[in-house]
Amino acid sequence: MNVPELQKMSLKVREHILKMSTDGGCFTGASLSCADLLVYLYTNYLNISPNNFKNPERDYLFLSKGHDVPALYGTFVELGWMEAERLQNHLKTNDSVYWHPNRNVPGIEFHSGSLGHLLSVAIGVAYDCKMRGTDNKILVVLGDGELNEGSVWEACLTAQAYKLDNLIAVVDRNHFQANIRTEELIPLEPITNKFEAFGWNAVGVDGHDFDAMDAAFKSLALGQGKPCAVVADTLRGKGVKSIQERADRWFCNFPKDEVEMLLRELHGETIDELKSEVLIVR
Amino acid sequence: MTYENVLENLVQSDDRFIVMTAENRAAIRNLPSKIGKHFFDVGIAEQTMIGAAAGLALRGRIPVTHALAAFLTMRAYEFIRTDVGISGLPVKLVGGVPGFLSDANGPTHQAIEDVAIMRGIPNMCVFCPADEEDMLIGLETVLKSDKPFYIRYNNLKPAVSHSKDFEIGKAETISEGDDITILTYGMLLKQAVEAAEILGGKGMSVRVVNMRTLKPIDTDAILKAAAETKLVVTLEDHFKTGGLYSIVAETLLDNQQTANVLPIALDNKWFKPALLPAVLEYEGFTGPQIAEKIENRFLVVR
Repeated sequence: MNVPELQKMSLKVREHILKMSTDGGCFTGASLSCADLLVYLYTNYLNISPNNFKNPERDYLFLSKGHDVPALYGTFVELGWMEAERLQNHLKTNDSVYWHPNRNVPGIEFHSGSLGHLLSVAIGVAYDCKMRGTDNKILVVLGDGELNEGSVWEACLTAQAYKLDNLIAVVDRNHFQANIRTEELIPLEPITNKFEAFGWNAVGVDGHDFDAMDAAFKSLALGQGKPCAVVADTLRGKGVKSIQERADRWFCNFPKDEVEMLLRELHGETIDELKSEVLIVR
Repeated sequence: MTYENVLENLVQSDDRFIVMTAENRAAIRNLPSKIGKHFFDVGIAEQTMIGAAAGLALRGRIPVTHALAAFLTMRAYEFIRTDVGISGLPVKLVGGVPGFLSDANGPTHQAIEDVAIMRGIPNMCVFCPADEEDMLIGLETVLKSDKPFYIRYNNLKPAVSHSKDFEIGKAETISEGDDITILTYGMLLKQAVEAAEILGGKGMSVRVVNMRTLKPIDTDAILKAAAETKLVVTLEDHFKTGGLYSIVAETLLDNQQTANVLPIALDNKWFKPALLPAVLEYEGFTGPQIAEKIENRFLVVR
């Protein structure tokens, strides 16, 4: 897919995210930050499609920061992997489309929601792929706040010890944890240096620039004895000014009329200030 | 045949098996050179081991993970519950030095709530062999099960000669009796048999039952003990809360039965760290001490 096509798809994914941000809501801010990343990875980088969901030689994407799953649902719908109607079932008991990923949605490799788990799970998959000599890529999307979890760094040590150079950790570096800027709470910088100190190859990239992502991912040093980390610099709430980079717009449950306003804002219009209650904790 | 031999043979005959450890190699020290990449030591990182085991299981493998029981079941608890339990992946969890077997290590190493927390996880099964022979009789069946399994590793010398008929969810009756039943699991079977002999010498007829698996539990063995004998004793190196005593209580209530039940367990306390024989003596778990407790209660309830 070329850049205009990617941008068009990302816009659609963001529409889906906003439409899921009502009637119970979802983690809107964290989903908007990684929409471009997921669109890019599934369309232009990873070898994953409904034709190979069960093929052991497919690539894997594990969404370890599970609360951004609306971005994944939206991407799957736009790719035609998930029926658009299923998004109407968001948070309902007649389906399994809820706040965190689960395997009842084809294409989702594993459930998540508890942070700091899926890098370890991916290590098991990457180890097995090495044993079997397949050359697939095992990619894990981590949140930056998730890097607070010790299990992430425990897994980093094991991954480098076993030279899992088929493993890629992608950090959605949106600069916020749940309620606060990361650097105001538990400073993470310099992140790439941390991964390097743990024996990984690490690069930074603009997570909203498709050309830059393409250059970064396609030049990763896979197969060269080290796991790879990509720190994707992003904005929480990207694309919707009223909630972009707002500490208090992480989990959002907007009234219907505000969703309509935000959709207009997504498409470039200027809107009035939001009046809905700010939800800080979910 | 040793525990290692069983694992080695399994790996050689079935490519799905992967032996994992969080750098606890006591039971598997000779395997690395024999099974190559099928041996995966993640380092002292129980959480990573369980997560990686789940990943391997997603790829069709059957990981057999090893760590000290306390660290395996508690440090990595949420990983077991979330990564293994939610999907019911067939990961096997082998906990070293469970219960009194951690002898002089101290409370940090005492896994005496492991049965309670493992059996609380949907899908998870629990195997608590009485000794090495009992463990080896059940091992292959347990490891080949398509369920996740927690195994209380126990390589003590055989307490009795065990029945080779092993079935998950079936207890082994060591001796028959109609006055008292001692229900037990794990290393205390030896002391249970000693206590039964002492009580037998005093004219009491004692049934001794080795539960083998605590989940699934042999409901019939419990209900028969309640119906056919006057006193049911639950004997375990575990907290009273959540172990066999709790299982018996749940089973009786579920079946609208009642019984005189004497729990012999660690009641809301850790045990005194010392070498195993001294621990048993100090905590009142030698055969004669157990016999005395049972006799005192039996004299009241008979």
